[in-house]
Amino acid sequence: MRIYLDHNATAPLGAAARDAMLRALAHGGNPSSPHQEGRAARHAVTTARLQVARAVGVSERDAERCVVFTSGATEANRLMLSAATRLLVSAIEHPSVAGPARRRAATLIAVDPHGRLDLAALATALSRGAPGAWLSVIWGHNELGVIQDVAALRALTREHGARLHLDATQVLGRLPIDFAALGCDALSVSSHKIGGPQGAGALVLASGVGLSDEAAGHQERGRRPGTENVPALVGFGAACEALPARLAAMPAVAALRDRLLRGLSGWVQPVVSPAEVPTLPNTLSLRAPGVEAEGLVMALDLAGVAVSQGAACSSGSAEPSPSLLALGLDEGAAREVFRVSLGPETTAEDIEEAVRRIARVLGHIAGGGA
Amino acid sequence: MKRRRVVVAMSGGVDSSVAAALMVERGYEVVGITMHLADAPPTERTGTCCAPDDANDARRVAAHLGIPHFVANYKSAFKTAVIDRFVADYQAGLTPSPCVRCNDVLKFKLLLSRARELEADALATGHYAQVLDGSHGPELHRANDRAKDQSYFLFGAQRDALAQVLFPVGGLTKPEVREVARRHDLPVAEKAESMDICFVPDGDYARFVEQHAAPRPGVITDEAGAVLASHAGVHRFTIGQRKGLGLGGGAPRFVIRIDGGEGRVVVGGAERLDSRGLRADRVNWLAQRSAGDAVLVRVRHGSEPVPATLVEADDHALVVRFDEPVRAVAPGQAAVLYDPARPSWVLGGGWIRESLAEVP
Repeated sequence: MRIYLDHNATAPLGAAARDAMLRALAHGGNPSSPHQEGRAARHAVTTARLQVARAVGVSERDAERCVVFTSGATEANRLMLSAATRLLVSAIEHPSVAGPARRRAATLIAVDPHGRLDLAALATALSRGAPGAWLSVIWGHNELGVIQDVAALRALTREHGARLHLDATQVLGRLPIDFAALGCDALSVSSHKIGGPQGAGALVLASGVGLSDEAAGHQERGRRPGTENVPALVGFGAACEALPARLAAMPAVAALRDRLLRGLSGWVQPVVSPAEVPTLPNTLSLRAPGVEAEGLVMALDLAGVAVSQGAACSSGSAEPSPSLLALGLDEGAAREVFRVSLGPETTAEDIEEAVRRIARVLGHIAGGGA
Repeated sequence: MKRRRVVVAMSGGVDSSVAAALMVERGYEVVGITMHLADAPPTERTGTCCAPDDANDARRVAAHLGIPHFVANYKSAFKTAVIDRFVADYQAGLTPSPCVRCNDVLKFKLLLSRARELEADALATGHYAQVLDGSHGPELHRANDRAKDQSYFLFGAQRDALAQVLFPVGGLTKPEVREVARRHDLPVAEKAESMDICFVPDGDYARFVEQHAAPRPGVITDEAGAVLASHAGVHRFTIGQRKGLGLGGGAPRFVIRIDGGEGRVVVGGAERLDSRGLRADRVNWLAQRSAGDAVLVRVRHGSEPVPATLVEADDHALVVRFDEPVRAVAPGQAAVLYDPARPSWVLGGGWIRESLAEVP
């Protein structure tokens, strides 16, 4: 029996999304065409947009203007950063933000050993000239699970006239999102983390936030031109419709996550402890001292358990994650960190069996692997 | 009955791909691992260890064979054990043999350890060599295809490692290997071979060393010490070299000695290149041998083993006296011993410390 514990990498396609996509695939049509086939496709995309808007707390009236469809959160992040002239980011951003930020010499804000943004350091950096600057922060961390204090980030940036972008890729479907109430200026979300298909995401923008229009096409009001991936967007929308059930399942997911941690307590330590800092209900960043995660992930795969290492990937093999190094781990310790991430589909049996298999593999490796 | 599990080191080349296919044929549960050893320069797509296309080729072969495949990041260990040592050896006036180091550290130690972690019974590679059962345990032998034999690079395998290492293509000729690849429809059946050291794909070792270390110019002298010319670094020279010395006309002169510490390259006539023996250290013994025993010795990968006698032999070092003088023995290379009675059998080997003009 395969036990899939890598939901932060991608989630299984939900039935609602699949059924909606199959219908869309049967219909075809280019949403930009004036005829019946085109209109049907246009309607499908509009419906999806409203579904996404509802899921993140954007009003129906604002949906067309505020929700920009993209191919995923990476593209949404890149699109967002391209509009920022002065940029501040945390030291633990996803590569889709960290890479461009580095290339543009963005100001890096340090995090504490739990991965929370250092607010004092942020205040200092903002006070050096903020108006018009953008702060981009990963709201719920894909590897560590740590959740940032977005209310505090909003207050600080507002105080200095700076704008706030939140990467909510791992938050959608796990915590409630109310874009209007948050008051942030931009938000990135992804379809395939919530049971929708890969290849779809959105950049949600507050009114008054403009993106360049290179006149490369008219779709998405010129902000992200190109024929829409109708089936994928339909699947994304359907997954958003199904979000309430996912959100409702999160307390149970958190309980299973805690059970896994307890079951392995003799073997592993959490890098960021859910007991000490708010973390995503489904995510565990773990370390078995003395055991390299690369080999552990391989051994677990062969034992039927899918987990992951630090997320950074270069030429096919994993490098120690910059986020772990930013937390203060040395390279050796960073190489020992692996990630377990659950989903609403994960059962108690899965977790019991996972604990057995992980403990057995760790026992074998720690015992000299002979 | 549960199948035996084997890890196959898959480089993306045809030899290791066929090794994987043969293990699948033999009924093993095969797990393919590609080692990521170095980041290829952006222009190189294949033919270097872990150029992106090579890893992709391995992946495709694995998918075709229906076996799991992983990429293992060994860049740090490779840099320390192989690349840094390569540069340091050249700067010390030695002629390095990085492929031996890679086998010793990356394959027989790290990858074998990973195979054990994965509960595999063995590690298989695409090397042309053989492990045969002997009266005293596993023996390392040359490949059937003498022209492809890579046993020279494998002498460092410890006995307990040999017990867990398999060389599935060692009994085949290269044409037979390509035939197996075609029979299995492997995507790499017609792939060209890479001939150079994997981390120096253009073969320009001198430039590689210069990119990794500060320049140390020095002088070229004759044996009496008279300075004949200057040079840009001892790494540009190897024993027996005649070209590129910048000495002008006259009788041919060859590099006969390199003093890395002093940065001095010593040249002399051809007759000075003849070596009567050598001293090697950091010896790995794969059989019991003592002073007085006859052996065959190979001082570089490309040459045939020659008859010699073991003059000194202890756990860590050896001295041999060649029956006939051997030209251009280069310190830094490996000296690998074979058994005269069974010339495919590798008795052990060590690192050439010194070429000896005379052996008592």
